[in-house]
Amino acid sequence: MKNSTQNPMENLMENRNAKSNAARRGFFKSSAGLASVVAFQLGLNSTGAWAVAGVPGANDGAAAKNPQRINPFIKISADNRITLVVGQSEMGQGISTGLAMVLADELGADWSTVGWEQAPNDLAFALPGGIQSTGGSGSQRRLMPLYRRGAASAREMLVAAAAKQWNVNAKLCRVENSFVLFGDKKSSFGALAEAAAKQPVPNEPPLKDRSAFNIIGTSPKRFDVPAKTNGSAEYGIDVKIPGMKIAMVARPPVFGAQVASFDATAAKKIKGVTNVVEIAAGVAVVADNTWAAMKGREQLNIKWKENAADKVSTASIREQFIAASKAPGIKVREVGNAAEVIGKSANIIEAVYETPYLAHATMEPMNCTAWVQMGVKTRGQAAAQEDRCDVWTGTQSPSISENSAVAASGLTKHQVHIHTKFLGGGFGRRSELDFVAEAVELSKQLNAPVKIIWTREDDMRHDFYRPMTYNVFKAALDDKGMPSAWAHRIVGSSILARRAPQNIKNGLDGSSTEGASTLPYDVPNFLCELATVNTHVPVGFWRSVGSSQNAFITEGFVDELAHLAKRDPFEYRRDLMAKHPRQRAVLELAAEKANWSKSAPVGRFRGIAFAECFGGFVAQVVEVSVNAGNLKVHKVVCAADVGLAVHPEIVKAQMQSAIVTGLDAARYGRITIENGAVVQSNFHDYPVSRIGDIPAIEVYLTGNDAAPGGVGEPGTPPLAPALCNAIFAATGKRIRSLPLSQVDLTKA
Amino acid sequence: MIRFTVNGERLETDISPTTPLLWFLRDNLSMTGTKFGCGMALCGACTVLVNGEPVRACSMPISAMAGKRVVTIEEIGKTPVGKKVQDAWIAEDVVQCGYCQSGQIMSATALLTKNKAPTDTEIDAAMSGNICRCGTYNRVRAAIKTAAASGSAASAPATKAARKAKASS
Repeated sequence: MKNSTQNPMENLMENRNAKSNAARRGFFKSSAGLASVVAFQLGLNSTGAWAVAGVPGANDGAAAKNPQRINPFIKISADNRITLVVGQSEMGQGISTGLAMVLADELGADWSTVGWEQAPNDLAFALPGGIQSTGGSGSQRRLMPLYRRGAASAREMLVAAAAKQWNVNAKLCRVENSFVLFGDKKSSFGALAEAAAKQPVPNEPPLKDRSAFNIIGTSPKRFDVPAKTNGSAEYGIDVKIPGMKIAMVARPPVFGAQVASFDATAAKKIKGVTNVVEIAAGVAVVADNTWAAMKGREQLNIKWKENAADKVSTASIREQFIAASKAPGIKVREVGNAAEVIGKSANIIEAVYETPYLAHATMEPMNCTAWVQMGVKTRGQAAAQEDRCDVWTGTQSPSISENSAVAASGLTKHQVHIHTKFLGGGFGRRSELDFVAEAVELSKQLNAPVKIIWTREDDMRHDFYRPMTYNVFKAALDDKGMPSAWAHRIVGSSILARRAPQNIKNGLDGSSTEGASTLPYDVPNFLCELATVNTHVPVGFWRSVGSSQNAFITEGFVDELAHLAKRDPFEYRRDLMAKHPRQRAVLELAAEKANWSKSAPVGRFRGIAFAECFGGFVAQVVEVSVNAGNLKVHKVVCAADVGLAVHPEIVKAQMQSAIVTGLDAARYGRITIENGAVVQSNFHDYPVSRIGDIPAIEVYLTGNDAAPGGVGEPGTPPLAPALCNAIFAATGKRIRSLPLSQVDLTKA
Repeated sequence: MIRFTVNGERLETDISPTTPLLWFLRDNLSMTGTKFGCGMALCGACTVLVNGEPVRACSMPISAMAGKRVVTIEEIGKTPVGKKVQDAWIAEDVVQCGYCQSGQIMSATALLTKNKAPTDTEIDAAMSGNICRCGTYNRVRAAIKTAAASGSAASAPATKAARKAKASS
């Protein structure tokens, strides 16, 4: 359905495939000990170089001590504790636990004695397509086969070692709870690990039958929770390297503006400020501590060069979009002849839908620590020296960070070491490389380790925003009230033009149209067009990407068709989904659990919506009341088909989270531009939901027999349309532009 | 010289008196459990207890700490209420990215220290200063109730009964 944009971060680096394949050939033999070398050289404790979660105790997720490495995924210590290595980034979605469960299950491990470890940048952990990256709700969906193969391979090597020791047929050995068994013989993985590591690597290790899973599909405690309740979890912003400087960067108010001149005299007078340095991102104030860097930055006097974008505003961009909407766009998908049918129809409807720019506003502002070192003495090789670049940060993509560090340091990939820390939120923002590039550039200039910390204002004003869009819809209904034609023209900016231009096919950025060009509704004449207008405002991947705005507009418009046809909005959608049983089952489950067929409590009104996003199917029913223009969201009932749920409780938590993200955006989210710059700066003018805003949320899962689908994002798209459709039911006011904070609900 | 205690340890410092408590904790004491989120006391990620009251450390100058007792997330588990709250956070699987949770736990501990069985409205009021971008709010609420219920088995129902009696009178 979504073709190239299904996994928008793939193929970002065209030449990666060859390297990736090479890495895969040496699949279980590559990358030994890189991180431990780093830890040794930097004199760090274990959490300094590797994000080791958990606290001492049983099954706390802590990594084993002095383990034998079987392959990149599996390490086993003599006491039979197993360390499961995960290459995906933990940003709250629970992937450290989820992929560890996949490894443990396929390995035949005793869950009570496993822990996890964050992998370094290593293509052994790469997605199909060759980059190590977390996004597009793709970790289980796209990596479960790789992780299963890694664990199965280790299991076969353990069995082979046992069979050799006992002089028995390996095929007759069994594996249970971290032991290999044959008759009355029994040996622990720990006892076998050293011999297993020397066994030949099997080419195609057999995989467990799905019916034999005993960890996948259960909901054990997450590994990362204890450390996140006592302050010991280490995020990028917490990294401390001996001798490290702290820097804040004065960034141009207008995106892309250059420094004309600056006066650092006053800044340098602040106690603790050591350097003031111009870098590509702006002017960096370097200090011994954060407060000095902050105060120093306030004292900078910078003149920025005039910029073509100095007069740009949200209003002027909107005018450009409206102008573009007057002409046909590039056809994204066409069935039949929508224009002709609409031209001849007596029952037509037209509407314009708009969505604003949105910031990511992760709780942890952007930050990165980098250390570029030339001529470091290497361990064990007396005379050897190497140049190296170490990067500690919360990144969604070690591969993109690596590339960024290579470019900024001038070193090679093999000299760049990315230490992925816990992410204090990702949502797509941490798939970018800007925060890495600037830290590496600054460290190289300073010849010292440096951490650049962004303030909230930096973070909000220098984001890569969800694109603003302008949408023109036209549709015709047949004599039964069903749509005979649907025409949708999207005007917006391209994310891939910056991120992955090679993935733009025939001028089409699929991330602009996903969730709009293909719908589960059968309309005989269908046209989706795209007009791309790129501006100086940087746009990027935002939780659920194109579907986040496209579900709001398409599901709002479908609701309008149902209303025009005088049909129940649930039944109307259900009838249109006749040929899409999987989608229909989700819609029906949501309606059933929300008691759609019965009236809502007095004064309350319901809306429904469905969306498909990154291989997940989600329907939501939102229940609201609106009194004197005041909106209260009472309840959200969510039905989701994400295929096989590896950890059902984490899936439910992700749906709850995605719903709140949708709620934040629908109610409050709006970035505006004046004089070329972002107006909003912090949570007072970019409000988000607080505890009192949150409705009761019920989540129901179905579709467990299918392959894993996306989990982290698909819950966001249906929320805004279901909410706005409920507001329509309550007030008769159709919401065609967000956020709701800009809409007067007292007037229909 | 500013003298105060952090997690029971007496200390004195002569750093710039305008330095926010947050950066003193993080940079000078290497206690990084207290998080930087907004710098304007809008998000609550930096919440610590000062003489038992929840305070946003990002906006509290170190000069205001003279003679005060500061407790942070690193030590809150050593108080009976703090321990209950942490345990409830684990029991209810509250955490996702976790970045706001130090502050959430500190605010919840302050609430439960004063109010052993808070109502939903009281929870909303006490927790409204703590933003969570992962949207864990409903689990925060559930965990506060779990922690409240895990108080002495005898007193919690009595408190509830008392509240009910008061409400109906």
